[in-house]
Amino acid sequence: MFRIAKREKASITDSIRFRSLGFLAGLLLSMGFIAVLGYNPFSALVTLLIGAFGTGTGLRNTLTFAIPLATTALGLSVAFRMKYWNIGGEGQLLIGATAAMFVSLVAGENTSGWILVPMMLLFGFIGGAWYALIPGLFRVYFRTNETLFTLMMNYLAIAFVKYLYHVLWKDPLKSGFPGIRSIQEQAGLPRILGVSAGIIVPVILMIVLYVLISRTKPGYEIRVVGESEPTAHYAGMNVQKIMVGGIILSGGIVGLAGAVKLSGETLTLTESLGGGTGFTAIVIAWLANLSAPIILVVSFLFAALQQGAQIIQLRLNVPAAVAEIIKGLMLMSFLGSEFFLRYRIIFNKRDKSQSYPQILSASQSSDIETDKTPDKEVKP
Amino acid sequence: MSVSSSSPAENAFSMKGISKSFGSVCANEGIDFEVKIGEIHALLGENGSGKSTLMNILSGVYRPDCGKISVFGETRDFRSPGDAIRCGIGMVYQHFKLAESLSATDNIIAGLSKGQIFRALQTEKSDDRHISTMDPDVSVSPDQKQRRTGTNYISDLIRKFAKRFHIDFDPDKLASQLSVSEKQSVEIIKVLIRGAKILIMDEPTAVLTPQETKKLFSVLKKMRDQGCSIVFISHKLGEITELCDRVTVLRKGRSVDTLVVSQVDTYDLIEKMVGRKIELEIVRPAPNPERLECLRVEGLTYHDEKGLAKLSDVSFSTFYGEILGVAGLAGSGQKELCEAIAGIIRPSSGSISVDAEEISGLSPRSITAKGVSMCFIPEDRLGMGLVASMGITENVLLKEYAFQKGIFIKTDRASEKSDQIIKELDIMTPGVRHPVRLLSGGNIQKVILGREIHLHPKLMITAYAVRGLDIQSSHTVYRLLNEQKKQNVSVLYIGEDLDVLIAFCDRIMVLCRGENMGILDANHTSKIEIGQMMSGTRLEVIRTGVDYVSNR
Repeated sequence: MFRIAKREKASITDSIRFRSLGFLAGLLLSMGFIAVLGYNPFSALVTLLIGAFGTGTGLRNTLTFAIPLATTALGLSVAFRMKYWNIGGEGQLLIGATAAMFVSLVAGENTSGWILVPMMLLFGFIGGAWYALIPGLFRVYFRTNETLFTLMMNYLAIAFVKYLYHVLWKDPLKSGFPGIRSIQEQAGLPRILGVSAGIIVPVILMIVLYVLISRTKPGYEIRVVGESEPTAHYAGMNVQKIMVGGIILSGGIVGLAGAVKLSGETLTLTESLGGGTGFTAIVIAWLANLSAPIILVVSFLFAALQQGAQIIQLRLNVPAAVAEIIKGLMLMSFLGSEFFLRYRIIFNKRDKSQSYPQILSASQSSDIETDKTPDKEVKP
Repeated sequence: MSVSSSSPAENAFSMKGISKSFGSVCANEGIDFEVKIGEIHALLGENGSGKSTLMNILSGVYRPDCGKISVFGETRDFRSPGDAIRCGIGMVYQHFKLAESLSATDNIIAGLSKGQIFRALQTEKSDDRHISTMDPDVSVSPDQKQRRTGTNYISDLIRKFAKRFHIDFDPDKLASQLSVSEKQSVEIIKVLIRGAKILIMDEPTAVLTPQETKKLFSVLKKMRDQGCSIVFISHKLGEITELCDRVTVLRKGRSVDTLVVSQVDTYDLIEKMVGRKIELEIVRPAPNPERLECLRVEGLTYHDEKGLAKLSDVSFSTFYGEILGVAGLAGSGQKELCEAIAGIIRPSSGSISVDAEEISGLSPRSITAKGVSMCFIPEDRLGMGLVASMGITENVLLKEYAFQKGIFIKTDRASEKSDQIIKELDIMTPGVRHPVRLLSGGNIQKVILGREIHLHPKLMITAYAVRGLDIQSSHTVYRLLNEQKKQNVSVLYIGEDLDVLIAFCDRIMVLCRGENMGILDANHTSKIEIGQMMSGTRLEVIRTGVDYVSNR
């Protein structure tokens, strides 16, 4: 049959080959799925591509989708580098947007945009950072499990925004309908060629994070802490301080993503403002291997998929679920290719003529050669 | 060449032309290896010479790329460890794999059916092909078996089974309560009960005291006399001459030679193993006669997170230009002692001072800030001493980045230093940016040593500095530490190999369960004495014969 063995390290050509094969497999599966539904898969593919890149509106929508995805993924990547599993991106993003909305609500109708926008972004950062800090402090000082804690904080944030939406910040002008009023016109981010100026946020952040992580002392400390806490202690680093700093930065950037989305895209706060961005961003950060420049590329491709799937839904008049399934198939195939980058499959022909003496018919051991027996002797 | 070509009939197994490569690395290249029925055969070789790969092939973990294995005269092709054990080949690993919360008996019989257990424990009487019955008690009548099938009964059977090999232990104890050597016994019985006639022992003495080693040897000899074949992997030459009948030497993935142990000289063995003549004498330059005190530890006590005392009331001093060795069984408080001195853990009580400067409870950086230049080479090199995925330069930075000005990290000086370390210590690496985890064990240790020596410490703490290193790298480490000693550095050397401790250190402190059992002059002591202290006898009790502590 076959065995699975760990790969030493995949070469660059291999990694490109397997990833494109994964992409191709996803495409084929999606097209097969569309064909089963009774549509022409080729026209669906063309629709997807044109929908995402082919038209001005399509490209603008793709970029609009990409902004929060990239910003959030950049933020999460800081935490992931410290092996702090921040699954709370969705909540931090919502609280960031809420903090920005708060600025807009308390400011007068005629406050200058030059004050409003920076204040909203700043509050967005503070909101996200503060919200990430709650589970963060518990993790750093009491060793709680951050994965569960940050995950639960998401639902708390959604419920809180719901409360604001229906009760506390309900706009009386909406005569009985729930909803928060829109932000002031001057509080919206300006547009560049029809795309929110928020697009510069992930680009600037990418450069800042890249330099921070690879060239500065705090970045070096974050990398060492992520690699091994005992090493950080050994080198005399204050691991707790470094972790708290990293968590603030991570949550802050995610909160900023929320503020940018509010100010540049949705213009008001709803409970669905996050829309799963905080979760998709986790996948993006890992697919990009936590590298800041690659996060931008992967976010763009993800946004294109999202936009293209929406267009298919409109043009082919298929239910929204179909678009979701296409997204799922693409993602699954692409992630599946990662497996082949880490492991290889060895086929071996079983020689039927062979038999074993039954000294003891010990329980059947599996044929899988796993990490239990690492190739100790392997040296470069 | 003294390879005696034995007839196939008396071979327990033979491996012919075994080759195995991992990617571009060839771990085994046409190895021939034969072990006779009823012999203890040593497999000798440096790290990376292909011993583990060869044994993993024999025990069915890996499949060879080519080559032939025959066991008791029949050609076999193992696809899994299960296949190998069915052919009677069992491996006792260096790291025990026991379920801590189960009893020894449960660990032994785990995975076996009732029928298998009884067949294994009962068939000995009739199975006189390879193991002749020594103790008739072991046989059980069938009705007895039917009447009593509880665990107690099985424990009794296992106790009797063990007695045949002179293995003494209580099968009802929980695995977590067993001592290291008892755990090893459980592992041995585990494979024996599964029908192993060929035992592979992977560095079994690494974790034992000299006394326990002696006991193990008598067990292994007993097993040999009863017809078992044993492959004994070790790089301690003394043990090989004491225990083994023949020895096969591997070098760089090839089998160099097979020799009869009684007809061979240790120096020839080393030469065959290393490939050239090397200076093997461990030198001990005279310590600084002034005996100026460097480190002074008084009443050091440390309780871990669970409140267990890992160190209790340890007091000692080290002197400039001297190497103080620390002996003790694994887990006797060595790690905590080093980490408390280095400032990584905070002691519960007691004082630590260097040059009369109190440093107890300070963080590593505050210790440096106080002007105390101390360096610590931890036991876990990749997990604590280095950042595994970073290159040499970034690892050198670990100790100096904090003292640079500004927010940006400057790598030019560190990379100069790295080049210097690579040149001075002859480190084999493709470049200063190559991740250190990809280097060999010896080179990894040289990176840490080089970095720490370049800090010009006055106190140097090394924990198991030669663990996992081959003979040549070990001697490089001894040489480097001796150079430090000559430069009047005070060295604290935590060691495992008692022969080395006695030959290399000036004084030896023995720890047992976190207590200082006494400090010996290395010129006037013996392995036996250290062994007694390692298992809990105080020096003054040994020397005077009076147990002051219990008399109090």
